[in-house]
Amino acid sequence: MTVPSQVRARLVGSEPVGAYHLLTLDAPAVAAGAGPGQFVAVAVGGPGSAMLLRRAFALYTADPATGLVQVVVAEHRPGTAWLVHSPVGTELDLVGPLGRPFPLPAAAGTAVLVAGGYGSAPMFDLARRLRERGSAVHLVLGAATGERLFGADEAPHVADTVTVTTDDGSTGRRGLVTDGLTALVEDTAADVLYACGPMAMLRAVGEIAAAYAVPCHVAVEEAMACGIGVCMTCVLPVIGADGRSRMVRSCTEGPVFEASRVRWKDVGTLPADVVGADAMGGHR
Amino acid sequence: MTSLAQVGMGTTLAGVALPSPVLTASGCSAAGRELAPYLDVAELGAVVTKSVMLRPRSGRATPRMAETPSGMLNSIGLQGPGIEAFLEHDLPWLAARAARAVVSIAGGSVEEFVQLAGRLVGAPGVALLEVNISCPNVASRGQVFACDPRAAADVIAAVKDAADVPVLAKLSPDVTDIVTIAAACVQAGADGLSMINTLLGMAIDTDTLRPILAGITGGLSGPAIRPVAVRCVWQVHAALPEVPILGMGGIMTGLDALQFLLAGASAVSVGTAVFHDPSAPARVARELRDALADRGIPGVADVVGLAHRDGRR
Ligand SMILES: Cc1cc2nc3c(=O)[nH]c(=O)nc-3n(C[C@H](O)[C@H](O)[C@H](O)COP(=O)(O)OP(=O)(O)OC[C@H]3O[C@@H](n4cnc5c(N)ncnc54)[C@H](O)[C@@H]3O)c2cc1C
Ligand SMILES: Cc1cc2nc3c(=O)[nH]c(=O)nc-3n(C[C@H](O)[C@H](O)[C@H](O)COP(=O)(O)O)c2cc1C
Ligand code: FES
Repeated sequence: MTVPSQVRARLVGSEPVGAYHLLTLDAPAVAAGAGPGQFVAVAVGGPGSAMLLRRAFALYTADPATGLVQVVVAEHRPGTAWLVHSPVGTELDLVGPLGRPFPLPAAAGTAVLVAGGYGSAPMFDLARRLRERGSAVHLVLGAATGERLFGADEAPHVADTVTVTTDDGSTGRRGLVTDGLTALVEDTAADVLYACGPMAMLRAVGEIAAAYAVPCHVAVEEAMACGIGVCMTCVLPVIGADGRSRMVRSCTEGPVFEASRVRWKDVGTLPADVVGADAMGGHR
Repeated sequence: MTSLAQVGMGTTLAGVALPSPVLTASGCSAAGRELAPYLDVAELGAVVTKSVMLRPRSGRATPRMAETPSGMLNSIGLQGPGIEAFLEHDLPWLAARAARAVVSIAGGSVEEFVQLAGRLVGAPGVALLEVNISCPNVASRGQVFACDPRAAADVIAAVKDAADVPVLAKLSPDVTDIVTIAAACVQAGADGLSMINTLLGMAIDTDTLRPILAGITGGLSGPAIRPVAVRCVWQVHAALPEVPILGMGGIMTGLDALQFLLAGASAVSVGTAVFHDPSAPARVARELRDALADRGIPGVADVVGLAHRDGRR
């Protein structure tokens, strides 16, 4: 795996795209060797900022040839607001690439990629890499509204088929991104699923994958304080190879997990059978 | 002006010589390994490791953190692999890099602290023990050791007996009079004091109308607590000028570190700043060296407690 770097990266592009902002950064050390599903952690607020914690964003593109990386940012609260309003030319303190990328299958096959909202960001690079290796790619993009879809125009260039859904029906089919998924998995005889988006969506995709006994790799989004594995804030209960569950760091061991290993309904709780839960005593 | 090369960055903490006065803080750099891409752990004064307990511990449910103005709240719940895994995987990694380890230990009873200190006897690369007494004492219905001079002293005396390296007592600022607790720990044999641990805080989500943290309350850290930390170091150094202090709380820059030295600390830990800037401990050391050079101060030893002396420059 590539070793992450901490760099001063110049913001060379910032443009609104639907409900999001596409930021382009000059960060050769980060672009070199980054894989789809990996993320960057950006310091926000400038020097002396009262916002201490970095904000994490999945890499949308990372081009070793140009040294540019791109992220898709949803303006949320003060940190993301500062970021999307930073003028081109701003120097940003960037750490990355962080986390583990989506694993690519050993042999060519048929992959279904499912993305919710800005969760589509890492899917384009993933789709390209899968196709380079001879796989067929079916891409499903969903969002609450058409504005919150990212990359619907680009999608046909990276995938064999594209399905678009919105909750309000403003673009594509009305409904949830998972609505037609069972049929798609069946029709395409998919042998691997990938997903990125809200936790409820990841869980639903994982359940469909389990029903068809195909592997399913999902990128989770847990609140992170450090992004580099030192603080233990970003954990979720994950079943290990030994069958035992542990509170696992999503920044270093994730953000990509095999869906069947994540204990979805226990996220945000401390299940009694997790390793070390018995030592918590009154600390629960 | 002192030239940069001439600034003496070495310091002595509780009898242990360190090449730099800047260390990591417990719980903010794991056991050092994750920082390797961003700095050379061997150049730090030492790596202060995450408080280790006897058994593996899951930590609490999430959410475990909330960002607050110039700070953050955490309620991790001392997640860790337990002392055996720590001895097998973490200490050897630091020792192989010739990095010094200050091992932080935590327990729910005096006996647990003693067992931990015992397991660490003879372990490679351990320069000091830091005793995290900001833990609930099972025997007194969860009252924190660090808030009771008697309980704090009991732990320190017992660890001191069991340990083969100097022992630092890590103090909580959530007490009426930190000097009383400090004196009790020193009386019990502490070779030095680490201060401060986080302050108990809380934040409520105004959308869900509920506490943000799963643990409800959490420890406040970062620059928001720096004035409290400097005050604690100042008060303890004034009362116990011979006692070595490892100062911490909101250090982001070399000048922040200098405040702690001036207040009486012999070395400092950089904690939350690492989340903002993973190279912070190395950067703070460089900035401190520059600040000393700019002021014509020959070395770290010349500023420890200097703010207490009469007259100013
Ligand atoms: C691996 C990963 C990839 C992500 N990719 C993207 C992306 O491609 N595009 C995008 O718009 N957003 C992405 N996010 C979410 C993004 O990090 C948060 O929306 C952002 O940190 C919120 O910052 P804020 O200042 O607006 O909110 P605040 O609520 O003020 O943030 C306060 C603190 O909480 C943390 N935090 C709050 N919400 C989240 C969250 N949902 N996830 C993680 N940390 C959070 C922040 O990092 C910060 O430390 C990703 C998160 C993770 C963990
Ligand atoms: C996420 C987090 C975890 C911490 N874990 C520990 C710990 O395990 N043991 C301990 O003694 N202190 C722990 N601390 C406290 C720090 O070591 C330090 O005393 C405190 O945060 C003040 O310094 P700072 O403002 O530089 O972070 C933790 C702090 C944070 C933010
Ligand atoms: S965000 Fe700090 S360990 Fe994952």
